[in-house]
Amino acid sequence: MSYRFRDLLALEPLCAAEISFLLDQSKPFQEIQRHPLKKLATLRGKTVALAFFENSTRTRISFNTAASRLGADTMNLQAEASSLKKGETLLDTAFNLNAMKPDCLVMRHYSSGAADYVSRHLDIPVVNAGDGTHEHPSQGLLDALTIRDRKGTIENLNVTILGDLSHSRVARSNIHLLGKFGCRFTLCGPAMWVPRELEKIAPGTAIRSVYKIEEALEDADVIIMLRVQTERQHEASISDNDYIHGYQLNAERLKRARPDALVLHPGPMNRGIEITPEVADGPQSCVLDQVTNGVAVRMAILYLLVVGEQGTHPAAPAPIEHNRRATDRSSQSSASPEPVPQKRDS
Amino acid sequence: MSAAEIDRTLQRVAHEIVEKSGGTKHLALIGIRRRGVPLAQRIAQAMRGIDGVEVPVGTLDITLYRDDLSKVAPQAVLQSSEIPFGVDGMDLVLVDDVLYTGRTIRAAMNGLFDLGRPRRVSLCVLIDRGHREMPIEAQYTGRVVQTSDTEIIEVRLREIDNEERVVLVDRVE
Repeated sequence: MSYRFRDLLALEPLCAAEISFLLDQSKPFQEIQRHPLKKLATLRGKTVALAFFENSTRTRISFNTAASRLGADTMNLQAEASSLKKGETLLDTAFNLNAMKPDCLVMRHYSSGAADYVSRHLDIPVVNAGDGTHEHPSQGLLDALTIRDRKGTIENLNVTILGDLSHSRVARSNIHLLGKFGCRFTLCGPAMWVPRELEKIAPGTAIRSVYKIEEALEDADVIIMLRVQTERQHEASISDNDYIHGYQLNAERLKRARPDALVLHPGPMNRGIEITPEVADGPQSCVLDQVTNGVAVRMAILYLLVVGEQGTHPAAPAPIEHNRRATDRSSQSSASPEPVPQKRDS
Repeated sequence: MSAAEIDRTLQRVAHEIVEKSGGTKHLALIGIRRRGVPLAQRIAQAMRGIDGVEVPVGTLDITLYRDDLSKVAPQAVLQSSEIPFGVDGMDLVLVDDVLYTGRTIRAAMNGLFDLGRPRRVSLCVLIDRGHREMPIEAQYTGRVVQTSDTEIIEVRLREIDNEERVVLVDRVE
């Protein structure tokens, strides 16, 4: 098995075997987090550009740490300090970063599809670190790795996702990933945050929406909490008190789930709002494991994309191909090592 | 080399390691993936017969430490390293099937030193086939084989290959 795409833009197009491969490749990097010396030289001389057009602390630091533990250097672009404020287009910013010759671009953007759009115009691997309300693939992978470590499997679990689902790319990535392994989903939150369209985003996956937290937690193996995203709410929303009353995950409510149910939260947590400290710090909480695993998963992603890309370049010095989407690398690499001209103009 | 010869060689090498190490107290074996792993386990097994001593065995995947990642097939698949003991102050013996250019051993030492500071690192190989590109030698060698560049030493072990033998074959171009 291998990973056949040049980029990591979304989990939806991946198959279960590819996801398992990515999770397996993260394991050696989990060990490295426990080493006294955590720095490798594997990507020495390589540069990873981190472009965050939307605020992020955890994901940015996590990717930065992953890159530096692999021995790569990083370039950092943050929205507040960038020329975006001066009117530069997204593509111009991307071209300018690319002109400094990074080997990979990790980007977060407030528009859905932004990473995909940029990737079509660049000849380096692009990693989507969150695009609008679309996907957050590395978060989906680190959640799956955390669940697999604790439960031994990610197959056929009852997964409850609680909170603001309408704005959540984390929820979408989780549904696309875990859905491929036969997990069943229960989505729960205030009605305006649980759009019914979500039930249809992954055909073949059982997804239901409920509006009572007690019902949603019944028989859950995994509970994924979502942050209340104040920055994405344009219309009047629910008050803190109503949210706590209706949807806060507390110890009493958690008892309705399976006794070995896991509690995940992508952070940052609003303690005392969506989750009580008792649950957040309790034995079922995986919150800090998620953070540790995040670095390992991102090391695996950067390793596979940057080393893999390097491997294909001498044989195929690809010019910038417009309209290129997720180049199928397995078909390229199965070709003979001699530079046999391939018909690639179609 | 037949199965019996491999077995005899490993028995001898196990004796040599115990003898030269002056005791097994700080001794540990590290098998290099893939075929160094079963070899290290068998040497440890043989040591049990000599001293009745349990010598810890770890495994090391050197992929991340290779100097030729850009030249090998894209996406060299990673495997786990499992070294369930501290290496500080230990007397470590790296175990591999074939010693050739020495680059694997260079990579393995880089990997080991990320884990701590062993007191001593030595090298044990089943076959030394020459053609070194690094200043690296094995302290414990099963057999030295003269080879040419176009030949390949094929080590087949029952744990991995379901058969047991070492043969010299011509590289198929």
